[in-house]
Amino acid sequence: MSKSPYTTGLKDVVLEVAIKQPSEYSTGLIRKIELLSRVRVEKPLIMIGLNTSGKIAGGDRIKMAVEEYVSDRKLDVDVSETGAIGLASREPILGVQLPGRTRILFAEIVEEEVPLILDDIFHQIVPKEKFLGQIRHDKLDPWMDVPFLDEIPFFALQNRLLLRDCGIIDPLSIDEYIARGGYRGFLKAIRNYTYEEICSIVLMSGLKGRSGNGFLTGEKWKLAYNTSSDQKYLVCNAEESDPGAFMDRALMEGNPHQLIEGICLASYAIGATKAYIYIRTEYLESIRKLEIAIESAREYGFLGHNIFSSGFNLSISIRKGPGAFVCGEETALLASMEGRRGMPRSKPPYPAERGFHRKPTVINNVETLSNVPHIVVNGPEWFDTLGSGHCTGTKIFSVSGRAKHTGLIEVPMGTSLESVVVDIAGGAREGKKLKGIHIGGPSGCLLPADKLDIPVCFDALKDAGAVLGAGGILVLDEKVCIVDLVTYFMDFMQQQSCGKCIPCREGTLRMSEILNDIIRKPLDDESHSSLDRFKSLMSLEKLADVMRDTSLCGLGQMAPNPLISSLTYFRKEFEDHIFDRNCPSNVCKELRTYYIDVELCTGCTICAKKCPEDAIIGTEKHPYFIVSEKCTGCGICKDVCKFSAVFYN
Amino acid sequence: MMIKIEVNNRTVQARKGETILSALGNCGIHVPTICSMAELSPTGACRMCVVEVEGQEKLVPACSFPVSEWMKIRTHSPRVLRARKTNVELLLSNHPDDCLYCERNGNCELQKLAEDLNVRDRRMRGRKSKLKSDHSGYGIIRDPEKCILCSRCVRVCEEIIGVSTLDFVNRGSNLKIETAMSKPIGFSNCIDCGQCLINCPTGALIEKTEFQNLDHILDDKEKITVVQYTPAVAVSLADEFDLKGNADIKGVMNAALRKIGFDYIFDSSFGGDVVVMEQASEFVERFGKKSNLPMITASCPSFVKYIEEFSPDLISNLTTVKSPHQAMASLIKTWFTKLNHIAPEKVFSVLITTCTASKYEVHSDESLKSGDRDIDAVLSTRELIRLIKLNGIDVNKLETEPSDGPFHATTSAGKLFAVSGGEAEATVRSIYYLIEQKEMPEPRMNKFRGSRDVREVSVETKQGEIRIASVSGLKKAMKILEEIKSGKREYDFIEIMVCPDGCVGGGGQPIPLLESDIRARIRHVYEIDKNETLNAAHKNSAVRKMYEELARAPWSKESKLLLHTEHEEIKVLK
Amino acid sequence: MGKTEEILNQFHQVSRDVLIPMLQAVQDECGYLSEEAIEKIGSHLSLPASKIYGLATFYNQFRFAPTGKFHIQVCNGSACHLDHSISILKELFKHLGIRDGETTRDGMFSLEVLACIGACGQSPVIAINGVYYPKVKAGMIKDILEITKLKSS
Repeated sequence: MSKSPYTTGLKDVVLEVAIKQPSEYSTGLIRKIELLSRVRVEKPLIMIGLNTSGKIAGGDRIKMAVEEYVSDRKLDVDVSETGAIGLASREPILGVQLPGRTRILFAEIVEEEVPLILDDIFHQIVPKEKFLGQIRHDKLDPWMDVPFLDEIPFFALQNRLLLRDCGIIDPLSIDEYIARGGYRGFLKAIRNYTYEEICSIVLMSGLKGRSGNGFLTGEKWKLAYNTSSDQKYLVCNAEESDPGAFMDRALMEGNPHQLIEGICLASYAIGATKAYIYIRTEYLESIRKLEIAIESAREYGFLGHNIFSSGFNLSISIRKGPGAFVCGEETALLASMEGRRGMPRSKPPYPAERGFHRKPTVINNVETLSNVPHIVVNGPEWFDTLGSGHCTGTKIFSVSGRAKHTGLIEVPMGTSLESVVVDIAGGAREGKKLKGIHIGGPSGCLLPADKLDIPVCFDALKDAGAVLGAGGILVLDEKVCIVDLVTYFMDFMQQQSCGKCIPCREGTLRMSEILNDIIRKPLDDESHSSLDRFKSLMSLEKLADVMRDTSLCGLGQMAPNPLISSLTYFRKEFEDHIFDRNCPSNVCKELRTYYIDVELCTGCTICAKKCPEDAIIGTEKHPYFIVSEKCTGCGICKDVCKFSAVFYN
Repeated sequence: MMIKIEVNNRTVQARKGETILSALGNCGIHVPTICSMAELSPTGACRMCVVEVEGQEKLVPACSFPVSEWMKIRTHSPRVLRARKTNVELLLSNHPDDCLYCERNGNCELQKLAEDLNVRDRRMRGRKSKLKSDHSGYGIIRDPEKCILCSRCVRVCEEIIGVSTLDFVNRGSNLKIETAMSKPIGFSNCIDCGQCLINCPTGALIEKTEFQNLDHILDDKEKITVVQYTPAVAVSLADEFDLKGNADIKGVMNAALRKIGFDYIFDSSFGGDVVVMEQASEFVERFGKKSNLPMITASCPSFVKYIEEFSPDLISNLTTVKSPHQAMASLIKTWFTKLNHIAPEKVFSVLITTCTASKYEVHSDESLKSGDRDIDAVLSTRELIRLIKLNGIDVNKLETEPSDGPFHATTSAGKLFAVSGGEAEATVRSIYYLIEQKEMPEPRMNKFRGSRDVREVSVETKQGEIRIASVSGLKKAMKILEEIKSGKREYDFIEIMVCPDGCVGGGGQPIPLLESDIRARIRHVYEIDKNETLNAAHKNSAVRKMYEELARAPWSKESKLLLHTEHEEIKVLK
Repeated sequence: MGKTEEILNQFHQVSRDVLIPMLQAVQDECGYLSEEAIEKIGSHLSLPASKIYGLATFYNQFRFAPTGKFHIQVCNGSACHLDHSISILKELFKHLGIRDGETTRDGMFSLEVLACIGACGQSPVIAINGVYYPKVKAGMIKDILEITKLKSS
């Protein structure tokens, strides 16, 4: 077999690192580990964040500029890619590490700045303002006047377990992963533990599924382990389809081997010899990295036949999900893998008993599986200390929307939402007032700013009427209209419902219709008076109960969540829209009816010229008139009128 | 193993592993369902059968949830009733409000559910869907606005018929049931069997009706209106009008049709006898030459369409004889008109049948080749019932009347065409007679009767053993044909009916089509055969007369011209 | 042997399991799923065309007509929605004269709305043939389209 271009060729050394206990490492080996893990470098190292969002922000152009710079000057440096460090709002990110010195990161750079930054840094000067921070290491010389990452509030208050190496290591290098302690858990498991013991360790750790309703992972595994069958499957659910959720992608792009090791461990625990990663087709970068990671793992013997003479066999294949939100649901995902429409089926039987091709199948998501290597290496008791109460470990949030800092935030379970949103993400940006947050994806809940003292924990959130979901947090400032946002989510659910069961298919459609009536002028003759709209709203609450109670799968059961939580916490905004036909946040422009005051209009024609809908008619020098049927309420006419003759009610 | 469960505070017995729905059915508690279908696996989609189970956070669907020991179930608690009612209201909220004009008015499951659950005011208003209905097919009309997406049509088309013309398309609120590439049904691979519309709970799938201007034609003195009815219609009418005790339904039907205004009334089982005669002769020839075996019957128009679309390689195995009613229609326009000195173009020929595919058959290319259609209008059993009601006829008070000549003489062989296995049984009697020149010692063959979907019989003759099979339900037949192609099975003669149980279970039958009704109709057919002394086609004096006067002999040049047809490949997206 | 057959022969497994990968491979090669391709896949896997069409319409990825020369994807994720992706979409509707899921008559542009591109830090985002435009404003659309058109000539 030809050697993969993504390994150093020091396979024997690397495997020695993985197999031996750290206490048995010789001084020479420790030195080699430092180089392999790039804690120490022998020549300058330039790392560019080439995760998807880094690429979208211009990472590829930065890489080209760096390569041009290096080749122009014939420099002997390593240029390598890395994943997301988590601070998405400041991408693209460039890291430079000179021999003997700590790594320094630069943020929000454009390609023209690359030569300037590199010139400075190679002359041991820190370019002003562009730096993000440096990574602390006690054996390396720090840069003066550059903060350490762990001093910046965004990083300081996090507890990065799964994200520890993301944005630091080269995700394509299995050597770097192993040098930083990777695959030791898997080797420990197949050498020292039985299948059942791994199940028990994970059960004892209290690890709960990181997407969905927090089912104990160990229990699911035990169910599959105890179901006898000639074939069992493990499926890694990487169909991360909540808008605004990107933690799984960051884990796959930033540290794919962590996930591969987790899959190995989970497969071992249940006795599965075939594992699949069901991943969104759009995640091209994740797919590429996972493919390389699987290939490297196979080359090093972590996958394949009779792995490290344990008698355990495992192969991992990637299945590209063709795109449907509902395929995040276990049985829908399996239907899709079997080449059918992704429609969920009734449970029981659960997939752990009868899943893919009617064989026991465990489905875990990326974040859940990425936790497993850490649990096996450090023990369940250690994992337990990370969280609080019934919720153990950490949770990654992807924070987006109107926050000062957006990106990935990993905190121990039990941390308050306020700490995540205000202390770490910095609250609302541009000094605006924080209105609240939306947590848990399209079927998540809205919480007002004064209710953020809830700890991050499945039970506590449930008590507050919210869900953790996959962990997407949308930060809302005062300029966000809650009704508009709820309508957006309901429209989304209505399109994403598989359509199989009546309460979900028809219920989400009815809700979406009623909400759209609230934020718009009535669309047609079936117009409703405000009383009708109010009555509809009342019926929405009853409808929501039935949807929760009777829908076939979680999608329909949770679809009313945004609506119901916002009716609890933001009822006034609904009432403003319904009774006053007014959007307090000025977002629902279609509510307004614009008109021109005939006394004030001079017939200057500017509004008619600027109207994007050609909704303003009239004769020059005479008052103009707005055709309300055509008007979409964009407000441009009001903005351009020099005589303040345009009004709305 | 029996276990105990508690339903509505009462302890009842249930079988271990069965679903709640089946356990409830066994103890006489009715829970409404929409998507559930007998014989097919549950989908759990409609959520109408939800019940409360202690310990379960959410309501559970009775159709797919298994019972367990001492499970506590509440089937009609306020919570359950509210859920069911809300779901029906959701369906109604964007359903067209034209119940009064709907074909299924008074016979609609959605209407009944709304009534049963006491839906009395419109609490939810949805935007009405504006989808066009599809009139492109000859047999079936689809009206997607009325579709409640229960998927019963999809499942029957896939799991019983096996053609899979329909499937879900899109998702969420755009979910629809459509053909491949969203083609109009008339351009799809639909074989018009009508099993979908028999299973449709609402008016989303209905048959194409041809009787709008029938009353004018009946009234037209210039037109000679003749009608023929297939044997399955007569037995089906019996239970519809509660005529079970009356042996001579045929006589009643003749009277009713005459009252409606038809000039001549014929029983298609004469055509059945003719088909048997032709088929038997054709078979004996093929069997002797061992060519194009197995010979497959072509009386089921739906099956013929299936072969033409999906399996043109088997066209040479089909018998070339027309279906009984088409043979009959051909004789009407030739022999009957000649005998009665009527100009053939003055004849308006109507067929009453249990089959929706006949509506296609009379339009198909083969029928049109001669220039004129032999059959001008096809009515289903349902339409006949409507016609009888429209004309204010009280069937129970009618005196029986005979059908008209020259086709008045019939045998029970032609009647057997109504049921699966019947055509084979009738044909074998004549094949045996043709080969052995004597009657079969035991003409009533129980092996052809019974409720299995595949029945096999082998008959010893001078020319060797004849292996015969009869299959009903196209899905099953597809499997058998596949096994024949691969050499796993060998037959000489196969009778295939697309609809389960044959024509008595046809797509033109009254809705709902209950299993018990089908069994009653089958029993009725065999009763006729039992009481009839003339039980083989070759014993039919009128058929003999027809050959003497018109077609010379079975499988002759003349009869081939008159009673046989050609089958051609139809290209569709499969 | 046609393109479709070549792709189908690359799959060693012949079962419903490979239906989605097959459709993906055919679409990657041909740009869309033609009636002909669906029929071929159907006979290869012994599946009715209705089932393949039904499956393909369920998922976002598959289309049944070719895209335009420039395929414009507009992200409508939650963060992009907050940053008024709708107004960008409306601007595109206006300039192109098409709705999402359609292609302009000259075959130049096609439009698609995505649930989330996943660059929530750069919202709102659009992509044209895989080239991303972060932090777009409605006013920039006209220029972006002009530049794109220039590139083609």
